[in-house]
Amino acid sequence: MTPIAIIMMIIAILTVWGGLALALLNLKRHPEDEGALPEERAPEL
Amino acid sequence: MTASSPAQPASPAKRETFSSRRLFILSAIGSAVGLGNIWRFPYIAYDNGGGAFLIPYLVALLTAGIPLLFLDYAVGHKFRGSAPLAYRRLHRAAEPLGWWQVLVCFVIAAYYAVIIAWSVMYTVFSFTEAWGDDAEGFFFGNFLSIAEAPGLGFEYVPSVFFPLLLTWAAVILIMVAGIRKGISRANAILLPLLMVMFLLLVVQSLFLPGAAEGLNAFFTPDWAALANPAVWAAAYGHIFFSLSVGYGIMVTYASYLKRRTDLTGSGMVVAFSNSGFEILAGIGVFAALGFMAQAAGTAVDEVVTQGIGLAFVAFPTIVSQAPFGAFMGVLFFGSLVFAGITSLISVLEVIVAAVQDKLGWGRVQASLVVSGLVAAVSLGLFPTATGLYLLDTSDAFVNSFGITLGALVTVLVLAWFLRKLPLLSAHLNRISTVKMRRTWMILVAGVVPLALIYMVSNEFISKITATYEGYPEWFVGIFGWGMAGALVVLALALTFIPWSHRSKAHHDPEYDAVVAEEEKEKAL
Repeated sequence: MTPIAIIMMIIAILTVWGGLALALLNLKRHPEDEGALPEERAPEL
Repeated sequence: MTASSPAQPASPAKRETFSSRRLFILSAIGSAVGLGNIWRFPYIAYDNGGGAFLIPYLVALLTAGIPLLFLDYAVGHKFRGSAPLAYRRLHRAAEPLGWWQVLVCFVIAAYYAVIIAWSVMYTVFSFTEAWGDDAEGFFFGNFLSIAEAPGLGFEYVPSVFFPLLLTWAAVILIMVAGIRKGISRANAILLPLLMVMFLLLVVQSLFLPGAAEGLNAFFTPDWAALANPAVWAAAYGHIFFSLSVGYGIMVTYASYLKRRTDLTGSGMVVAFSNSGFEILAGIGVFAALGFMAQAAGTAVDEVVTQGIGLAFVAFPTIVSQAPFGAFMGVLFFGSLVFAGITSLISVLEVIVAAVQDKLGWGRVQASLVVSGLVAAVSLGLFPTATGLYLLDTSDAFVNSFGITLGALVTVLVLAWFLRKLPLLSAHLNRISTVKMRRTWMILVAGVVPLALIYMVSNEFISKITATYEGYPEWFVGIFGWGMAGALVVLALALTFIPWSHRSKAHHDPEYDAVVAEEEKEKAL
Protein backbone atom coordinates (compact mmCIF):
# COMPACT_ATOMS: atom_id res chain seq x y z
CA MET A 1 0.00 0.00 0.00
CA THR A 2 1.06 3.59 -0.57
CA PRO A 3 1.96 5.67 2.49
CA ILE A 4 -0.94 8.09 2.01
CA ALA A 5 -3.45 5.20 1.76
CA ILE A 6 -1.98 3.66 4.91
CA ILE A 7 -2.22 6.97 6.77
CA MET A 8 -5.85 7.48 5.72
CA MET A 9 -6.70 3.92 6.72
CA ILE A 10 -5.20 4.44 10.16
CA ILE A 11 -7.01 7.76 10.62
CA ALA A 12 -10.33 6.19 9.56
CA ILE A 13 -9.93 3.29 11.94
CA LEU A 14 -8.78 5.50 14.82
CA THR A 15 -11.62 8.02 14.50
CA VAL A 16 -14.47 5.57 13.97
CA TRP A 17 -13.38 2.75 16.23
CA GLY A 18 -11.96 5.25 18.68
CA GLY A 19 -15.38 6.87 18.75
CA LEU A 20 -16.90 3.47 19.47
CA ALA A 21 -14.41 2.85 22.27
CA LEU A 22 -15.25 6.22 23.85
CA ALA A 23 -18.98 5.54 23.53
CA LEU A 24 -18.56 2.15 25.20
CA LEU A 25 -16.42 3.63 27.95
CA ASN A 26 -19.02 6.31 28.65
CA LEU A 27 -21.73 3.67 28.88
CA LYS A 28 -19.63 1.53 31.18
CA ARG A 29 -19.06 4.46 33.53
CA HIS A 30 -22.81 4.90 33.82
CA PRO A 31 -24.23 1.48 34.53
CA GLU A 32 -27.92 0.85 34.06
CA ASP A 33 -29.75 1.99 37.17
CA GLU A 34 -32.56 -0.49 37.38
CA GLY A 35 -34.04 0.15 40.77
CA ALA A 36 -33.94 3.92 40.96
CA LEU A 37 -37.46 4.42 39.69
CA PRO A 38 -40.27 1.92 39.89
CA GLU A 39 -40.81 0.20 36.57
CA GLU A 40 -44.31 -0.69 37.72
CA ARG A 41 -46.97 1.92 38.32
CA ALA A 42 -46.45 3.81 41.49
CA PRO A 43 -48.73 2.22 44.12
CA GLU A 44 -50.48 5.43 45.02
CA LEU A 45 -51.78 5.95 41.50
CA MET B 1 -50.05 -3.37 36.78
CA THR B 2 -50.56 -5.25 40.02
CA ALA B 3 -51.68 -2.06 41.71
CA SER B 4 -54.56 -1.27 39.34
CA SER B 5 -57.82 -1.01 41.20
CA PRO B 6 -60.42 -3.71 40.49
CA ALA B 7 -63.05 -1.09 39.61
CA GLN B 8 -61.22 -0.14 36.40
CA PRO B 9 -61.96 -1.91 33.11
CA ALA B 10 -59.56 -4.77 32.38
CA SER B 11 -56.16 -3.17 31.82
CA PRO B 12 -54.56 -3.82 28.46
CA ALA B 13 -51.52 -6.08 28.44
CA LYS B 14 -48.38 -4.41 29.72
CA ARG B 15 -46.13 -3.01 27.03
CA GLU B 16 -43.23 -5.30 26.23
CA THR B 17 -39.72 -4.12 27.10
CA PHE B 18 -36.18 -5.04 26.24
CA SER B 19 -34.95 -6.80 29.36
CA SER B 20 -31.67 -4.89 29.35
CA ARG B 21 -29.95 -1.93 27.78
CA ARG B 22 -27.44 -4.30 26.21
CA LEU B 23 -30.15 -6.16 24.30
CA PHE B 24 -31.65 -2.91 23.06
CA ILE B 25 -28.23 -1.79 21.82
CA LEU B 26 -27.65 -5.14 20.11
CA SER B 27 -31.05 -4.98 18.44
CA ALA B 28 -30.58 -1.40 17.34
CA ILE B 29 -27.17 -2.25 15.87
CA GLY B 30 -28.75 -5.30 14.21
CA SER B 31 -31.25 -2.98 12.61
CA ALA B 32 -28.74 -0.36 11.50
CA VAL B 33 -26.20 -2.84 10.16
CA GLY B 34 -27.81 -4.16 7.02
CA LEU B 35 -27.10 -4.89 3.40
CA GLY B 36 -26.28 -1.22 2.77
CA ASN B 37 -23.28 -1.32 5.11
CA ILE B 38 -21.79 -4.19 3.16
CA TRP B 39 -22.63 -3.45 -0.43
CA ARG B 40 -23.32 0.30 -0.52
CA PHE B 41 -20.87 2.09 1.78
CA PRO B 42 -17.62 0.80 0.21
CA TYR B 43 -18.64 2.01 -3.24
CA ILE B 44 -20.02 5.36 -2.03
CA ALA B 45 -16.80 6.09 -0.15
CA TYR B 46 -14.63 5.06 -3.10
CA ASP B 47 -16.72 7.05 -5.56
CA ASN B 48 -16.73 10.22 -3.44
CA GLY B 49 -13.12 10.93 -2.70
CA GLY B 50 -11.80 7.66 -1.27
CA GLY B 51 -9.93 8.41 1.95
CA ALA B 52 -11.03 12.04 1.80
CA PHE B 53 -14.67 10.90 2.11
CA LEU B 54 -14.00 10.27 5.78
CA ILE B 55 -14.36 14.00 6.46
CA PRO B 56 -17.84 14.57 4.97
CA TYR B 57 -18.85 11.18 6.33
CA LEU B 58 -17.93 12.04 9.93
CA VAL B 59 -19.42 15.51 9.61
CA ALA B 60 -22.69 14.04 8.32
CA LEU B 61 -22.69 11.44 11.09
CA LEU B 62 -22.22 14.02 13.83
CA THR B 63 -24.36 16.84 12.44
CA ALA B 64 -27.29 14.89 10.98
CA GLY B 65 -27.21 11.12 11.57
CA ILE B 66 -26.79 11.07 15.33
CA PRO B 67 -29.09 14.09 15.98
CA LEU B 68 -31.84 12.47 13.93
CA LEU B 69 -31.29 9.15 15.69
CA PHE B 70 -31.84 10.89 19.02
CA LEU B 71 -34.96 12.61 17.69
CA ASP B 72 -36.42 9.17 16.91
CA TYR B 73 -35.34 7.84 20.31
CA ALA B 74 -36.89 10.79 22.12
CA VAL B 75 -40.26 10.47 20.34
CA GLY B 76 -40.48 6.70 20.87
CA HIS B 77 -39.24 6.73 24.45
CA LYS B 78 -41.22 9.71 25.69
CA PHE B 79 -44.51 8.71 24.12
CA ARG B 80 -44.08 4.96 24.51
CA GLY B 81 -45.89 3.82 21.43
CA SER B 82 -45.59 2.55 17.88
CA ALA B 83 -44.84 5.30 15.37
CA PRO B 84 -48.50 6.35 14.79
CA LEU B 85 -49.38 6.28 18.50
CA ALA B 86 -46.20 8.06 19.56
CA TYR B 87 -46.69 10.86 17.03
CA ARG B 88 -50.39 11.05 17.94
CA ARG B 89 -49.50 11.53 21.59
CA LEU B 90 -46.99 14.17 20.58
CA HIS B 91 -49.75 15.98 18.67
CA ARG B 92 -52.95 14.80 17.02
CA ALA B 93 -51.92 16.40 13.73
CA ALA B 94 -48.68 14.39 13.64
CA GLU B 95 -50.35 10.97 13.49
CA PRO B 96 -50.21 10.62 9.67
CA LEU B 97 -46.41 10.87 9.88
CA GLY B 98 -46.43 7.64 11.84
CA TRP B 99 -48.65 5.87 9.34
CA TRP B 100 -46.50 7.08 6.46
CA GLN B 101 -43.50 5.48 8.15
CA VAL B 102 -45.45 2.28 8.74
CA LEU B 103 -46.35 2.07 5.04
CA VAL B 104 -42.77 2.78 3.97
CA CYS B 105 -41.75 -0.16 6.16
CA PHE B 106 -44.37 -2.33 4.47
CA VAL B 107 -42.86 -1.70 1.04
CA ILE B 108 -39.28 -2.15 2.24
CA ALA B 109 -40.04 -5.40 4.07
CA ALA B 110 -41.71 -6.87 0.98
CA TYR B 111 -38.63 -6.55 -1.23
CA TYR B 112 -35.86 -6.69 1.38
CA ALA B 113 -36.82 -10.30 2.18
CA VAL B 114 -36.27 -11.20 -1.47
CA ILE B 115 -32.60 -10.20 -1.31
CA ILE B 116 -32.18 -12.26 1.85
CA ALA B 117 -33.69 -15.23 0.00
CA TRP B 118 -31.19 -14.79 -2.86
CA SER B 119 -28.38 -14.67 -0.31
CA VAL B 120 -29.65 -17.88 1.32
CA MET B 121 -29.46 -19.61 -2.07
CA TYR B 122 -26.02 -18.16 -2.79
CA THR B 123 -24.74 -19.42 0.56
CA VAL B 124 -25.68 -22.89 -0.66
CA PHE B 125 -24.37 -22.24 -4.18
CA SER B 126 -20.98 -21.29 -2.69
CA PHE B 127 -20.24 -24.89 -1.76
CA THR B 128 -20.30 -26.02 -5.39
CA GLU B 129 -19.64 -22.63 -6.99
CA ALA B 130 -22.80 -23.28 -8.96
CA TRP B 131 -22.31 -20.20 -11.16
CA GLY B 132 -19.38 -21.79 -13.00
CA ASP B 133 -17.29 -19.25 -14.87
CA ASP B 134 -20.12 -16.87 -15.79
CA ALA B 135 -21.46 -15.37 -12.59
CA GLU B 136 -23.40 -12.65 -14.40
CA GLY B 137 -25.14 -14.96 -16.85
CA PHE B 138 -25.91 -17.38 -14.04
CA PHE B 139 -27.49 -14.75 -11.78
CA PHE B 140 -29.72 -13.03 -14.31
CA GLY B 141 -30.36 -16.08 -16.49
CA ASN B 142 -30.22 -19.42 -14.71
CA PHE B 143 -31.09 -18.15 -11.25
CA LEU B 144 -33.54 -15.25 -11.71
CA SER B 145 -34.75 -16.23 -15.23
CA ILE B 146 -35.19 -12.51 -15.74
CA ALA B 147 -37.62 -11.32 -18.40
CA GLU B 148 -36.42 -9.19 -21.33
CA ALA B 149 -38.56 -6.20 -20.44
CA PRO B 150 -40.00 -4.76 -17.22
CA GLY B 151 -43.64 -5.50 -16.52
CA LEU B 152 -45.86 -7.17 -14.01
CA GLY B 153 -45.67 -10.89 -14.67
CA PHE B 154 -46.68 -13.91 -12.70
CA GLU B 155 -44.19 -16.37 -14.09
CA TYR B 156 -42.86 -17.69 -10.80
CA VAL B 157 -39.26 -18.72 -10.39
CA PRO B 158 -39.16 -21.69 -7.99
CA SER B 159 -35.48 -21.22 -7.08
CA VAL B 160 -36.41 -17.82 -5.60
CA PHE B 161 -39.95 -18.59 -4.42
CA PHE B 162 -39.06 -21.43 -2.06
CA PRO B 163 -36.10 -19.81 -0.31
CA LEU B 164 -38.28 -16.71 0.08
CA LEU B 165 -40.99 -18.83 1.67
CA LEU B 166 -38.36 -20.25 4.03
CA THR B 167 -37.08 -16.76 4.88
CA TRP B 168 -40.58 -15.58 5.73
CA ALA B 169 -41.26 -18.66 7.84
CA ALA B 170 -38.13 -17.96 9.92
CA VAL B 171 -38.92 -14.27 10.24
CA ILE B 172 -42.55 -14.90 11.24
CA LEU B 173 -41.38 -17.23 14.02
CA ILE B 174 -39.14 -14.46 15.39
CA MET B 175 -41.92 -11.87 15.17
CA VAL B 176 -44.53 -14.03 16.90
CA ALA B 177 -42.14 -14.71 19.78
CA GLY B 178 -42.13 -11.01 20.67
CA ILE B 179 -39.53 -8.50 21.85
CA ARG B 180 -37.76 -10.58 24.49
CA LYS B 181 -38.01 -14.11 23.17
CA GLY B 182 -38.00 -13.22 19.50
CA ILE B 183 -36.28 -10.00 18.48
CA SER B 184 -33.81 -9.72 21.41
CA ARG B 185 -32.84 -13.35 21.18
CA ALA B 186 -32.43 -13.33 17.39
CA ASN B 187 -30.15 -10.29 17.62
CA ALA B 188 -28.20 -11.70 20.56
CA ILE B 189 -27.39 -14.76 18.45
CA LEU B 190 -27.15 -13.41 14.91
CA LEU B 191 -25.25 -10.17 15.53
CA PRO B 192 -22.19 -11.73 17.24
CA LEU B 193 -22.24 -14.46 14.61
CA LEU B 194 -22.30 -11.82 11.87
CA MET B 195 -19.34 -10.02 13.46
CA VAL B 196 -17.24 -13.17 13.70
CA MET B 197 -18.06 -14.31 10.17
CA PHE B 198 -17.41 -10.89 8.72
CA LEU B 199 -14.11 -10.51 10.55
CA LEU B 200 -12.98 -13.87 9.19
CA LEU B 201 -14.01 -12.74 5.72
CA VAL B 202 -12.02 -9.52 6.02
CA VAL B 203 -8.93 -11.35 7.27
CA GLN B 204 -9.18 -13.87 4.43
CA SER B 205 -9.59 -11.06 1.88
CA LEU B 206 -6.54 -9.25 3.23
CA PHE B 207 -4.36 -12.28 2.53
CA LEU B 208 -5.42 -12.47 -1.14
CA PRO B 209 -2.89 -11.28 -3.71
CA GLY B 210 -3.81 -7.78 -4.94
CA ALA B 211 -5.53 -6.84 -1.67
CA ALA B 212 -3.13 -3.93 -1.14
CA GLU B 213 -4.04 -2.48 -4.55
CA GLY B 214 -7.70 -2.62 -3.57
CA LEU B 215 -7.03 -0.82 -0.31
CA ASN B 216 -5.01 1.81 -2.16
CA ALA B 217 -8.01 2.47 -4.38
CA PHE B 218 -10.29 2.68 -1.36
CA PHE B 219 -8.17 4.85 0.94
CA THR B 220 -6.17 7.13 -1.38
CA PRO B 221 -7.72 10.54 -0.76
CA ASP B 222 -8.93 12.78 -3.54
CA TRP B 223 -8.94 16.07 -1.66
CA ALA B 224 -10.51 17.94 -4.58
CA ALA B 225 -13.68 15.94 -3.94
CA LEU B 226 -14.24 17.95 -0.76
CA ALA B 227 -15.06 21.01 -2.86
CA ASN B 228 -17.81 19.15 -4.65
CA PRO B 229 -21.28 19.56 -3.09
CA ALA B 230 -22.38 16.23 -4.58
CA VAL B 231 -19.82 14.48 -2.38
CA TRP B 232 -21.26 16.08 0.74
CA ALA B 233 -24.77 15.19 -0.38
CA ALA B 234 -23.63 11.60 -0.87
CA ALA B 235 -22.26 11.55 2.68
CA TYR B 236 -25.49 12.87 4.21
CA GLY B 237 -27.55 10.55 2.01
CA HIS B 238 -25.56 7.53 3.01
CA ILE B 239 -25.70 8.34 6.73
CA PHE B 240 -29.51 8.67 6.63
CA PHE B 241 -29.99 5.27 5.01
CA SER B 242 -27.27 3.57 6.99
CA LEU B 243 -28.50 4.48 10.46
CA SER B 244 -32.14 3.42 9.78
CA VAL B 245 -33.39 6.80 10.96
CA GLY B 246 -36.55 8.63 9.98
CA TYR B 247 -38.91 5.77 9.19
CA GLY B 248 -40.19 4.55 12.48
CA ILE B 249 -37.73 1.83 13.40
CA MET B 250 -35.89 3.67 16.13
CA VAL B 251 -39.14 5.22 17.39
CA THR B 252 -40.57 1.72 17.78
CA TYR B 253 -37.48 0.14 19.34
CA ALA B 254 -37.03 3.04 21.78
CA SER B 255 -40.66 2.64 22.90
CA TYR B 256 -39.71 -0.76 24.31
CA LEU B 257 -36.95 0.68 26.48
CA LYS B 258 -37.35 0.90 30.20
CA ARG B 259 -38.00 4.39 31.49
CA ARG B 260 -34.68 5.11 33.07
CA THR B 261 -32.43 4.29 30.18
CA ASP B 262 -29.46 6.31 29.01
CA LEU B 263 -30.79 7.06 25.53
CA THR B 264 -27.96 9.14 24.10
CA GLY B 265 -25.18 7.08 25.67
CA SER B 266 -26.70 3.94 24.13
CA GLY B 267 -27.29 5.72 20.84
CA MET B 268 -23.64 6.74 20.53
CA VAL B 269 -22.64 3.08 20.80
CA VAL B 270 -25.19 2.16 18.13
CA ALA B 271 -24.10 4.90 15.74
CA PHE B 272 -20.37 4.24 16.06
CA SER B 273 -20.83 0.46 15.85
CA ASN B 274 -22.69 0.95 12.60
CA SER B 275 -19.90 3.13 11.22
CA GLY B 276 -17.22 0.79 12.56
CA PHE B 277 -18.83 -2.06 10.69
CA GLU B 278 -18.96 -0.01 7.50
CA ILE B 279 -15.27 0.78 7.63
CA LEU B 280 -14.59 -2.91 8.13
CA ALA B 281 -16.82 -3.73 5.16
CA GLY B 282 -14.96 -1.21 3.02
CA ILE B 283 -11.65 -2.87 3.89
CA GLY B 284 -12.98 -6.38 3.21
CA VAL B 285 -14.79 -5.53 0.00
CA PHE B 286 -11.93 -3.52 -1.51
CA ALA B 287 -9.31 -6.10 -0.56
CA ALA B 288 -11.44 -8.66 -2.40
CA LEU B 289 -11.96 -6.33 -5.38
CA GLY B 290 -8.20 -5.76 -5.50
CA PHE B 291 -7.75 -9.50 -5.81
CA MET B 292 -10.41 -9.67 -8.52
CA ALA B 293 -8.67 -6.95 -10.53
CA GLN B 294 -5.32 -8.64 -10.13
CA ALA B 295 -6.75 -12.00 -11.28
CA ALA B 296 -8.32 -10.34 -14.32
CA GLY B 297 -5.15 -8.35 -15.04
CA THR B 298 -7.00 -5.01 -14.90
CA ALA B 299 -7.01 -1.94 -12.66
CA VAL B 300 -9.21 -1.88 -9.57
CA ASP B 301 -11.46 0.84 -11.01
CA GLU B 302 -12.46 -1.58 -13.79
CA VAL B 303 -14.05 -4.02 -11.35
CA VAL B 304 -15.56 -1.65 -8.76
CA THR B 305 -19.31 -2.02 -8.35
CA GLN B 306 -22.00 -1.90 -5.69
CA GLY B 307 -25.33 -3.38 -4.71
CA ILE B 308 -26.65 -6.41 -6.50
CA GLY B 309 -23.78 -6.35 -8.99
CA LEU B 310 -21.21 -6.48 -6.18
CA ALA B 311 -22.91 -9.21 -4.19
CA PHE B 312 -24.21 -11.51 -6.89
CA VAL B 313 -21.80 -10.96 -9.78
CA ALA B 314 -18.45 -9.69 -8.48
CA PHE B 315 -18.34 -11.76 -5.29
CA PRO B 316 -19.19 -15.08 -6.95
CA THR B 317 -16.38 -14.36 -9.42
CA ILE B 318 -14.00 -13.72 -6.53
CA VAL B 319 -15.17 -16.88 -4.75
CA SER B 320 -14.40 -18.94 -7.87
CA GLN B 321 -10.88 -17.56 -8.15
CA ALA B 322 -9.79 -17.31 -4.53
CA PRO B 323 -8.08 -20.06 -2.59
CA PHE B 324 -10.63 -21.54 -0.13
CA GLY B 325 -13.22 -19.68 -2.18
CA ALA B 326 -16.16 -21.79 -1.03
CA PHE B 327 -15.40 -20.85 2.59
CA MET B 328 -15.23 -17.20 1.62
CA GLY B 329 -18.56 -17.46 -0.22
CA VAL B 330 -20.30 -18.97 2.79
CA LEU B 331 -18.91 -16.22 5.02
CA PHE B 332 -19.96 -13.45 2.63
CA PHE B 333 -23.46 -14.64 1.76
CA GLY B 334 -24.07 -15.88 5.29
CA SER B 335 -23.18 -12.36 6.50
CA LEU B 336 -25.70 -10.89 4.06
CA VAL B 337 -28.38 -13.26 5.36
CA PHE B 338 -27.75 -12.43 9.03
CA ALA B 339 -27.32 -8.69 8.46
CA GLY B 340 -30.51 -8.76 6.39
CA ILE B 341 -32.65 -10.70 8.88
CA THR B 342 -31.76 -8.51 11.86
CA SER B 343 -32.75 -5.46 9.78
CA LEU B 344 -35.91 -7.02 8.34
CA ILE B 345 -37.33 -7.86 11.76
CA SER B 346 -36.87 -4.24 12.87
CA VAL B 347 -38.70 -3.02 9.77
CA LEU B 348 -41.57 -5.46 10.38
CA GLU B 349 -41.78 -4.50 14.05
CA VAL B 350 -42.77 -0.97 13.01
CA ILE B 351 -45.88 -2.38 11.32
CA VAL B 352 -46.66 -5.00 13.96
CA ALA B 353 -46.46 -2.46 16.79
CA ALA B 354 -48.69 -0.01 14.92
CA VAL B 355 -51.38 -2.64 14.27
CA GLN B 356 -51.20 -3.79 17.89
CA ASP B 357 -51.72 -0.25 19.11
CA LYS B 358 -54.44 0.72 16.65
CA LEU B 359 -56.58 -2.39 17.00
CA GLY B 360 -55.70 -3.36 20.56
CA TRP B 361 -54.58 -6.79 19.33
CA GLY B 362 -52.23 -9.12 21.16
CA ARG B 363 -48.69 -9.85 20.04
CA VAL B 364 -49.38 -13.19 18.38
CA GLN B 365 -52.43 -12.09 16.44
CA ALA B 366 -50.85 -8.83 15.23
CA SER B 367 -47.53 -10.37 14.23
CA LEU B 368 -49.17 -13.29 12.42
CA VAL B 369 -51.58 -11.10 10.46
CA VAL B 370 -49.02 -8.39 9.63
CA SER B 371 -46.13 -10.69 8.72
CA GLY B 372 -48.53 -12.96 6.82
CA LEU B 373 -49.82 -10.02 4.80
CA VAL B 374 -46.36 -8.64 3.98
CA ALA B 375 -45.16 -12.17 3.16
CA ALA B 376 -48.11 -12.68 0.81
CA VAL B 377 -47.34 -9.46 -1.08
CA SER B 378 -43.64 -10.31 -1.12
CA LEU B 379 -44.24 -13.88 -2.38
CA GLY B 380 -46.90 -12.75 -4.83
CA LEU B 381 -44.98 -9.99 -6.59
CA PHE B 382 -41.23 -10.55 -6.37
CA PRO B 383 -40.11 -14.15 -7.05
CA THR B 384 -41.13 -13.76 -10.69
CA ALA B 385 -39.30 -13.25 -13.95
CA THR B 386 -40.04 -9.52 -13.71
CA GLY B 387 -39.48 -9.29 -9.95
CA LEU B 388 -36.04 -7.68 -10.24
CA TYR B 389 -37.45 -4.68 -12.15
CA LEU B 390 -40.14 -4.23 -9.54
CA LEU B 391 -37.62 -4.54 -6.71
CA ASP B 392 -35.31 -2.00 -8.29
CA THR B 393 -38.11 0.51 -8.92
CA SER B 394 -39.80 0.21 -5.53
CA ASP B 395 -36.42 0.46 -3.77
CA ALA B 396 -35.44 3.62 -5.64
CA PHE B 397 -38.77 5.38 -5.12
CA VAL B 398 -39.42 4.35 -1.54
CA ASN B 399 -35.92 5.54 -0.62
CA SER B 400 -36.34 8.93 -2.27
CA PHE B 401 -39.99 9.73 -1.74
CA GLY B 402 -40.76 7.53 1.24
CA ILE B 403 -37.78 7.61 3.59
CA THR B 404 -36.09 10.85 2.58
CA LEU B 405 -39.20 12.95 1.92
CA GLY B 406 -40.90 11.41 4.95
CA ALA B 407 -37.96 12.29 7.17
CA LEU B 408 -37.96 15.84 5.82
CA VAL B 409 -41.68 16.35 6.50
CA THR B 410 -41.35 14.80 9.97
CA VAL B 411 -38.45 17.04 10.94
CA LEU B 412 -40.16 20.16 9.60
CA VAL B 413 -43.43 19.37 11.38
CA LEU B 414 -41.75 18.55 14.69
CA ALA B 415 -39.21 21.37 14.69
CA TRP B 416 -40.97 24.23 12.92
CA PHE B 417 -44.74 23.70 13.07
CA LEU B 418 -45.29 21.96 16.38
CA ARG B 419 -42.08 23.29 17.96
CA LYS B 420 -41.56 20.20 20.05
CA LEU B 421 -37.76 20.14 20.12
CA PRO B 422 -37.39 21.80 23.57
CA LEU B 423 -39.76 19.18 25.01
CA LEU B 424 -37.87 16.32 23.36
CA SER B 425 -34.51 17.77 24.33
CA ALA B 426 -35.65 17.93 27.96
CA HIS B 427 -36.70 14.28 27.74
CA LEU B 428 -33.31 13.21 26.37
CA ASN B 429 -31.50 15.13 29.11
CA ARG B 430 -33.59 13.74 31.98
CA ILE B 431 -31.59 10.54 32.15
CA SER B 432 -29.01 10.51 29.40
CA THR B 433 -25.31 11.00 29.87
CA VAL B 434 -24.56 12.84 26.64
CA LYS B 435 -26.64 16.02 26.85
CA MET B 436 -28.55 17.32 23.85
CA ARG B 437 -29.30 20.99 24.22
CA ARG B 438 -29.15 23.99 21.89
CA THR B 439 -26.65 22.54 19.44
CA TRP B 440 -28.85 19.48 19.00
CA MET B 441 -31.91 21.62 18.36
CA ILE B 442 -30.05 23.77 15.85
CA LEU B 443 -28.80 20.67 14.03
CA VAL B 444 -32.23 19.02 13.92
CA ALA B 445 -34.09 22.17 12.94
CA GLY B 446 -31.45 23.53 10.58
CA VAL B 447 -28.76 21.24 9.20
CA VAL B 448 -30.94 18.11 8.92
CA PRO B 449 -33.79 19.72 6.92
CA LEU B 450 -31.34 21.56 4.66
CA ALA B 451 -29.53 18.31 3.83
CA LEU B 452 -32.83 16.53 3.27
CA ILE B 453 -34.23 19.31 1.05
CA TYR B 454 -31.11 19.11 -1.09
CA MET B 455 -31.41 15.32 -1.38
CA VAL B 456 -35.13 15.25 -2.12
CA SER B 457 -34.89 17.93 -4.78
CA ASN B 458 -31.94 16.19 -6.41
CA GLU B 459 -33.89 12.96 -6.52
CA PHE B 460 -36.97 14.70 -7.82
CA ILE B 461 -35.08 16.41 -10.62
CA SER B 462 -33.21 13.29 -11.69
CA LYS B 463 -36.34 11.13 -11.67
CA ILE B 464 -38.53 13.67 -13.44
CA THR B 465 -36.06 14.49 -16.23
CA ALA B 466 -35.56 10.89 -17.35
CA THR B 467 -37.76 7.84 -16.80
CA TYR B 468 -36.07 5.74 -14.12
CA GLU B 469 -33.56 3.31 -15.68
CA GLY B 470 -35.31 3.72 -19.02
CA TYR B 471 -38.10 1.43 -17.83
CA PRO B 472 -41.52 1.87 -19.52
CA GLU B 473 -43.33 4.98 -18.35
CA TRP B 474 -46.46 3.16 -17.19
CA PHE B 475 -44.30 0.84 -15.08
CA VAL B 476 -42.42 3.63 -13.29
CA GLY B 477 -45.67 5.61 -13.11
CA ILE B 478 -47.48 2.87 -11.21
CA PHE B 479 -44.80 1.18 -9.12
CA GLY B 480 -42.58 4.23 -8.63
CA TRP B 481 -44.50 7.53 -8.48
CA GLY B 482 -47.88 5.86 -7.96
CA MET B 483 -46.65 3.71 -5.10
CA ALA B 484 -44.87 6.62 -3.39
CA GLY B 485 -47.98 8.82 -3.71
CA ALA B 486 -50.29 6.04 -2.55
CA LEU B 487 -48.31 5.80 0.70
CA VAL B 488 -49.19 9.40 1.57
CA VAL B 489 -52.88 8.99 0.66
CA LEU B 490 -53.12 5.72 2.60
CA ALA B 491 -51.36 7.30 5.60
CA LEU B 492 -54.07 9.97 5.75
CA ALA B 493 -56.78 7.35 5.30
CA LEU B 494 -55.39 5.22 8.14
CA THR B 495 -55.37 8.29 10.39
CA PHE B 496 -59.10 8.74 9.86
CA ILE B 497 -59.91 5.13 10.79
CA PRO B 498 -60.83 5.38 14.46
CA TRP B 499 -58.64 3.65 17.05
CA SER B 500 -60.25 0.53 18.50
CA HIS B 501 -61.96 0.97 21.87
CA ARG B 502 -59.48 -1.59 23.18
CA SER B 503 -56.57 0.48 21.91
CA LYS B 504 -53.95 1.97 24.18
CA ALA B 505 -54.70 5.30 22.57
CA HIS B 506 -57.83 5.39 24.76
CA HIS B 507 -56.86 3.47 27.84
CA ASP B 508 -53.24 3.02 28.83
CA PRO B 509 -52.75 3.14 32.61
CA GLU B 510 -49.06 2.48 32.16
CA TYR B 511 -48.57 5.59 30.01
CA ASP B 512 -50.88 7.68 32.20
CA ALA B 513 -48.73 6.78 35.21
CA VAL B 514 -45.61 7.86 33.36
CA VAL B 515 -47.17 11.20 32.43
CA ALA B 516 -48.41 11.75 35.99
CA GLU B 517 -45.00 10.99 37.40
CA GLU B 518 -43.30 13.37 34.99
CA GLU B 519 -45.78 16.09 35.93
CA LYS B 520 -44.97 15.54 39.58
CA GLU B 521 -41.24 15.70 38.86
CA LYS B 522 -41.71 18.97 37.01
CA ALA B 523 -43.71 20.47 39.87
CA LEU B 524 -40.97 19.74 42.40
